[in-house]
Amino acid sequence: MSASYPPLSRKIINVAMLALTGLCTLLVLAVLLTILGYLLWKGASSLNIAFFTKIPAPVGQSGGGVENAIVGTLKLLALASAIGVPIGLLGGIYLSEFAGGWSAFTIRYTTDLLNGVPSVVMGIFVYTLVVLPMHHFSTMAGGIALGIMMIPIALRSTEDFLRAVPRSLREGGLALGASKSETIFTIVIPAAIYGIITGIMLDIARVAGETAPLLFTAFGNLYDSPGWMQPTASLPVVIYNYAISPYDVWHQQAWAAGFVLLSGLLVISVVSRMVLARGKKLSHG
Amino acid sequence: MANTVLATPEVPFESRGLDKKQTWWERLRKGDEVVHLITLAGGWSILVITGLLVQHLWVYSRLSRHAFGWHFLVDSTWDPVNGVFGAWPFVYGTVVTSLLALAISIPIGLGAAIFLAELAPRKLSNALTFLIELLAAVPSVIYGLIGIFLLIPVLFNVVPYFQKYFGWLPIFNGTFYGVSYFSASIVLSIMVVPFIISISREVLISVPVSQREAMMALGATKWDVTWRAVVPYARQGIMGSIFLSLARALGETMAVTMVIGNVAQVSTSLMAPGYTIAAVIANEFTEATGDLYLHALIELGLVLFVVTMIFNALARLLMLTMKGHEVVG
Repeated sequence: MSASYPPLSRKIINVAMLALTGLCTLLVLAVLLTILGYLLWKGASSLNIAFFTKIPAPVGQSGGGVENAIVGTLKLLALASAIGVPIGLLGGIYLSEFAGGWSAFTIRYTTDLLNGVPSVVMGIFVYTLVVLPMHHFSTMAGGIALGIMMIPIALRSTEDFLRAVPRSLREGGLALGASKSETIFTIVIPAAIYGIITGIMLDIARVAGETAPLLFTAFGNLYDSPGWMQPTASLPVVIYNYAISPYDVWHQQAWAAGFVLLSGLLVISVVSRMVLARGKKLSHG
Repeated sequence: MANTVLATPEVPFESRGLDKKQTWWERLRKGDEVVHLITLAGGWSILVITGLLVQHLWVYSRLSRHAFGWHFLVDSTWDPVNGVFGAWPFVYGTVVTSLLALAISIPIGLGAAIFLAELAPRKLSNALTFLIELLAAVPSVIYGLIGIFLLIPVLFNVVPYFQKYFGWLPIFNGTFYGVSYFSASIVLSIMVVPFIISISREVLISVPVSQREAMMALGATKWDVTWRAVVPYARQGIMGSIFLSLARALGETMAVTMVIGNVAQVSTSLMAPGYTIAAVIANEFTEATGDLYLHALIELGLVLFVVTMIFNALARLLMLTMKGHEVVG
């Protein structure tokens, strides 16, 4: 064995490869910052009051906004949450507190697979399920599509946070004479509530940007969409339609809409993580 | 009334409330079975939805399946006017863009994961991983927007130089229009790289310290330890992250639709415009006239569903077999 070990060639390889991994990380971060920075720059410069208060102007005229799409997106998310959150919560409670053996495995595995279904396929499904029988596109159909897409994550994150509650808490509840369901609703769920809320908020943020399933369910609309049974505009679909259009005015609107959508998502995402951190602090003293 | 009885300690536990007719809410609160059944319905609804999904895709693609059989996948004529549907250009475009995207994102993603797991201090690593996971939260349509207005103009400046030196290769020749397999692959690679990084990093971190120490004790360098002792130990999880990314890339719709050009042709050149399965569904679904056209598009959805399910299932199985560590994808 020589005096210096490992040999110089391997020391050089060591340094070169480790530097390369650092470069990979820098590259990914640079892409991230470029995307966020460019969107911020283009989006913020295209924003104005009319963007939030007016419906789209006719082609060729400047001005106008996407008030109908913002309202549409909020309505779609409300309906989606009304469908996805209860089912996800119940399923999560079932998996964590009641299910065992093959039934738990089957549901868990199917949930993960459902989460992996491409969003465009989910759009086709809801089209055949809701739009074909009703014969027209609607806010209802779009909300159902997003709601179904919300279930897997709501369910799995609820399950994960419930399972993280220590067994001793459950036993304490049962030892005091509470029934199993009383223990679940008064001890286990309150102990996990911050986590569950965080999971659901992140879930809403995730479906808020979905475009493909809305193309054949909520479709789009140049005007406000009253009620739940008519086609509606939504921010993601507006971004798509405006981005592929040939008009500069619409490109600007697309940037502004992208900026508003992404800021909304990031705010939800950061706030919910802060809620989770605060919850952890509270429960640990 | 019932409440005062419940609150009195000297009433024996068993007889609480039994002498009164219980309200529905009381029965619900006490009835573990009721709660069990209701939550069971929530859990099983997943199976019902998945079953319905498969059934609808199958039933609503029957005209196309009966008319074209397996030839549907390999015929390259897509002619809605004459009712002839062959999906080869879309299948080809989907496979080419997804594989090229992985070829770009695997080395970069794995490199970054190694840096974050093995080299960076844990606090810095956590902060950077949080930032990188933000990339995964950006909606697909915004990647498309960036693709059209930032990436494609940049490629217009870069690709001609590239073609000057490598243009003789069949995969790089031809006129570059901006929209192409290549542009779509780059966008896809940016979209899947956060998944590869965050999952691989988790898996690498979970490799036992003894695995590293054993090799270090033999006089290996840091890189040797990482490449020969840590990465092989974590290879199942890394493969899992790659399959998950592949499934995602295959099914990705909006960003690809916006930058691939949407031309139903098969080209060896990566610089040519093309089409993918998800893109043709997004573009033509609402314009489909006639049942056969609609069923052909839904059959494309069925194909996409089956393929992504296979890769997702493989990914989950690989990650399940990783003992003692749960990886959330």
